[in-house]
Formats: sequence, structure tokens, C-alpha cells
Amino acid sequence: MTTRTMELMVGVFAAAAIAALLFLALQVANTSDSTRGETYTLVAKFDNVGGLKVRSPVKVGGVLVGRVSAIQLEGDYYEPVVEMQISMRYNRFPETSTASILTSGIIGEQYIGLEPGFIDDFVEILGDGGEIPNTNSAMVLENLIGQFLFSQGEK
Amino acid sequence: MSMFHLLGRNILNNIQGVGQATIMLAQALIGKPQPRKMLPLLIRQLYVVGVQSMLIIIISGLFIGMVLGLQGYTILVDFGAEQALGPMVALSLLRELGPVVTALLFAGRAGSALTAEIGLMRATEQLSSLEMMAVDPLRRVIAPRFWAGVISMPLLALMFNAVGIYGGFMVGVEWLGVDDGAFWSVMQSSVHWQDDVMNGVIKSLVFAVVVTWIALFKGYTATPTSPGISAATTQTVVYSSLAVLGLDFVLTAIMFG
Amino acid sequence: MGNLVEIKDVYFNRGERSIYEGVSLVIPRGKITGVLGPSGSGKTTLLRLIGAQLKAHRGEVLFGGQDMAKLGRSALYETRKRMSMLFQSGALFSEMSVFENVAFPLREHTKLPENIIQTIVKMKLESVGLRGAGGMAPSELSGGMARRAALARSIVLDPEMIMYDEPFAGQDPISMGMLVKLIDELNATLGLTSIVVSHDVKEVMSISDHLIVMANKKIVGEGTPQELRENGSELVQQFLTGAPDGPVPFHYQAKPYHADLLGAKP
Repeated sequence: MTTRTMELMVGVFAAAAIAALLFLALQVANTSDSTRGETYTLVAKFDNVGGLKVRSPVKVGGVLVGRVSAIQLEGDYYEPVVEMQISMRYNRFPETSTASILTSGIIGEQYIGLEPGFIDDFVEILGDGGEIPNTNSAMVLENLIGQFLFSQGEK
Repeated sequence: MSMFHLLGRNILNNIQGVGQATIMLAQALIGKPQPRKMLPLLIRQLYVVGVQSMLIIIISGLFIGMVLGLQGYTILVDFGAEQALGPMVALSLLRELGPVVTALLFAGRAGSALTAEIGLMRATEQLSSLEMMAVDPLRRVIAPRFWAGVISMPLLALMFNAVGIYGGFMVGVEWLGVDDGAFWSVMQSSVHWQDDVMNGVIKSLVFAVVVTWIALFKGYTATPTSPGISAATTQTVVYSSLAVLGLDFVLTAIMFG
Repeated sequence: MGNLVEIKDVYFNRGERSIYEGVSLVIPRGKITGVLGPSGSGKTTLLRLIGAQLKAHRGEVLFGGQDMAKLGRSALYETRKRMSMLFQSGALFSEMSVFENVAFPLREHTKLPENIIQTIVKMKLESVGLRGAGGMAPSELSGGMARRAALARSIVLDPEMIMYDEPFAGQDPISMGMLVKLIDELNATLGLTSIVVSHDVKEVMSISDHLIVMANKKIVGEGTPQELRENGSELVQQFLTGAPDGPVPFHYQAKPYHADLLGAKP
């Protein structure tokens, strides 16, 4: 084995490793995520966040626009507040928008569905740290069943 | 001698061993760097340790990925969740199987060879002879092998992951008919670069240090006879496998716990 | 001429076992000193003490007037460049060709240009008769050739002293003869000081100017070959003539034979 062949093979080795890294970066992991790059923050208060987690997706009409970055309880009544990082490409949500916690499929993961509201002269556009006032909380199965039974009983 | 006596002596011996190993590594690595002398040695060792382990890593990665694809599919299809095959294959490989299996294979393939080589160099007085030629065997023999191991293993783990994911893709998509687009897109939406890929690489780096270190130390302190070297080789594989599995739990608890 | 190496009242233990108890000796400069003694009498240990690979527990090992045990790391390495050691197995580096093995100390310790290195290595290989074997791998050499190649490597930096560890062990008569001739010639032509550790009495006696006999952790005889032959010590005589029994007993230490056989309880 000459030194030259050895160097060549080590070069091939390094190239294979770089190829693997590129494959992982481009094809496997979500580096090209819309939450990469510049983002701004929106917050929303919910009564119940259900199974929402940090890094859950935020979607508009099924298209990913950001991710949940923090969930915590705030205020005197311990209301769950969700913080989201939204891509700067989508920076024109008006304050009339609605945030709902939805589920993809029956046993799928939960995500936040944003619905942009109407815009007129009196409606402000939400900036960094802006709060979405209209929210729909997660549906909790036990509550639904309870409500259903209650309404059945009333009849 | 009572059991406690034996236990105590054993523990003391082990602690002494760790101390010796630390001193050995420190003496090998600390000092003025001599890149002109070290680089050719490093390349040679990268060839021996890295390139020669590539084939076994790639083949094992492919098969493990294929098995994951097959097993994952049969489990997920019962829940109608076969779209989740992509993330299942990718996450099991990136977080656990990639770093761990690579480290175990590396210990068997390259680690044992390092131990045997250095043990043999001691048995044939090559190490003593270096000392008498005023060349420090720790810096000349141990250091390049250590760096080669530490560099090679994470690279091998990356290859293992990539090939494994491709194996899962082949079985899941090409053979069992999971939707191509869903396989990759669901994978992309649940694999996170920092948390999954990079944590896997960090794990692999830790394993690389531990396995290479054990292999070099066992070789350097091997009894210079045939039974001594064969015992040292066995110990390398056993100790580094146990260390990898134990450390894997600790690292997983820190990273994903 | 003086003495190149002086060893003064050295005690050395390996683990619990004591190897030396009060050994003192001198190695005269420019001569061949043979160190004789039965196997296990610590002859190789002597060489390792001189090279400071081992450290004495008491006493001094002086090389050229310096106490080897007290030298710092870099000073020790500088001093080691002035000596070299021929190991029993040759200790050639298995991953390099013979030529590269001989060139190794030059590449490591000098900044000579490649063409000069080539010339020096060829000269040294020629002096041990292996110029034609430069391209071979150490594993392709016979035992005697490996030792000659290692000898070429150990003289390549022109040291002041060479220590030979059992150079004749396990050699056929022809390669033994070659090695004897080489050691003698090299010492004369390069003006070296040589220490030959061996238990091959005849060969060592034939080339040594000065002889030391070690046994039982001590020096038991010292002098020129002629003086030793006339030495009155039974131990020295037993060793020189190779008698099976004598002060070094044929039987390893044991209980009385009679008691062992009849009264034996396992």
C-alpha cells in the first residue's frame, strides 16, 4: 500500500462522510424548515392546550408557518399561554385572526391552526410579541362526552 | 481472603487502572503539536482505523435499516399509521442505533485490532526500542491512533445513519408500498437537526473517545505474551461494549430525558 | 580512556522479587564488555537501567558522568541519542520496509535532505551486508538478517555505545559467526563502546576485552577473559564450563525428596 493510495482512500472516506452528512441535512432533517431563518413571536391564551407541545407545528390552511416555542401558565388564574415562532415571510396576521388547537387525524399529533381574519382600516397587524385574541381550545374527549351525556339527559 | 477483601482490592485495582489510563492519554496528547510529523501518521491510521471499517459499517447499516423498515411497517400498519415509518426508522437510527451499533462494530473491528497491534509492538520490544531511540512511543504510536479513532467513528456513524435510512426507504417504499412523498415529508417534519442529528453525532464522539482509549490502554498495558495479548483483545471488546451501552443510557437521559 | 558507564551499589526489585542487591560495575570506554550470567540473573535489566527505562531503587547509574535517573525528560532523550540498543528480537517496526527502518532515526532526529539519508542508509546496510534487502519487509527476513538490519538501524546515528541484548540467542552457527564478526568490526572501526549481554560463553569470551559474570543478584566475577578462566569462584567456573550441577543447583528448591514422596499429603 503506497502512501498515495492510502491518502486517496482516506479522501474517499472523508467524501463519503460528507455525502452522508449532506443527505441527512437535506433529505432527512428539517433544516429547510420555515421556522429556520428569521422569525417573530406571537402569543395566544387558551383555556386548555390539550396535547400541544413545544415544537408542535403552527399551520395556516395546512401549510407550516411556524412552531410552538414555549407553553406556560400566566396570570392570576393560571391561564395557559402559548408562544409561537412564526416565519418572517408571513408577517401580516391581523388582530382579528383566530388560533385553534387542532388534531391531525384521530390519533395524530396536535397543532395550532391559524386563520387570518379580515383586514380593514381599524384593524392592526400583529407585530413581534403580539397576542391573538380569538382562540379555540383543544377539544378534550372527556368533556365532549360529558356534554353529550348532559344534553341527552335534558331531553 | 474474604469476599469484601476481594471486592475492595478489585475496586482499588480498577481505580488505579483508570488513573494509569488517564496519565497515558495525557502524556500522549499534551505537548507541542508537530503537524508535519503527525499528519502522515494520522493519515495512515485513518486508513487503518476508518477506511478499513467502512465496508462492515455500510453493510450493517443497510441491513439494520431494512430490518427497521420491515418491523416498523408491520407494527405501524395495524394502526393505519404507516406514514410514520419514515420518522420511526430515521429517529431510531439517528438517536440510538447509529451511534451505538457503530461503536460496537468499531470496538470489534478496529478496537481489537488496535489492542493486538500495540500489544504485539510491546511483545516484540518495538515500544522499548522507540524509547531507546529517544522517540516517545506515547506520542509516536498512541496519539495518532487515538485521533484517528476519534475522527473516524463519528464519520462512520454518519455513513451508518444515511445508509440505514436508505435501507428503510428501500423496504418501506420500494417494497411495501408506503407513499414516497409521505415517507420523506413526515420524516422531515419530525427529525430535528440539532436535537436528533447533532445529538447523535455527539454521542458517537463520546463513544469514539471511550472505545479508542480503552483499546489503546489495553494494548499498551498488555502482558507481552500470546495469552496476554489475546486476553487484552477480549477485554477491549468486552469493556468497550459495556462502556458504550452504559454511557448510551446516561447520554440519552441527559439529551432526551 | 576512562569508563563510559559506572554503576554504583544498585538495588533493584521487580514487584516483591529482588533482582539486584548491591551491584557495582564499570564499562570501560572503547572496549567490548561481555556480561555473562545464567538466564534470569537480570542481565537485560542491567541494560534497561543504563538506558533509564527502569530506575534503580538505590544506588547510581552514571553514563558519561551523568546520573541517568536524575535527568529530566528532554535531557534523558538527548542522552539516549548517544546510545543505542539491539533488542533480542531485533524490534524492527513491522509496518516499514528494512530501508525505512534504518532511515527512521535519521528522519526522526535530523533534518537531513532525502539524498543524504539515502546515502547514509545504504552505507549502513552495506556494513551489515544487507544493502540488497532494503526493500524487504521485516517479516520476510530470517532471524539473523533481522538482527543485522536492527544493528544497521542502531548504528545509523553514530552512537557512542551499543548495548546488545542476547545477540546470539537462537541463531544458527553461520549467523552467529556473522554477528560476532560484525560486533567486533563495528567496535573497532567506529570506535564504539559495546556491552554484550549473553549466555553464549564461547562467543562472548572470544570478542570481549572485559567480562562481568552475574549470578545470585550480584557480580560474582570480573576481569579479562584470561583472568576469568583463572578465577577461583566455583560459580564462575560452573558457568564457564557449563557443568550441570554446582553452586547453581540442578534441582529447584524443594522439600527433601524422601519426605516429599513418602509423607506427601496433597
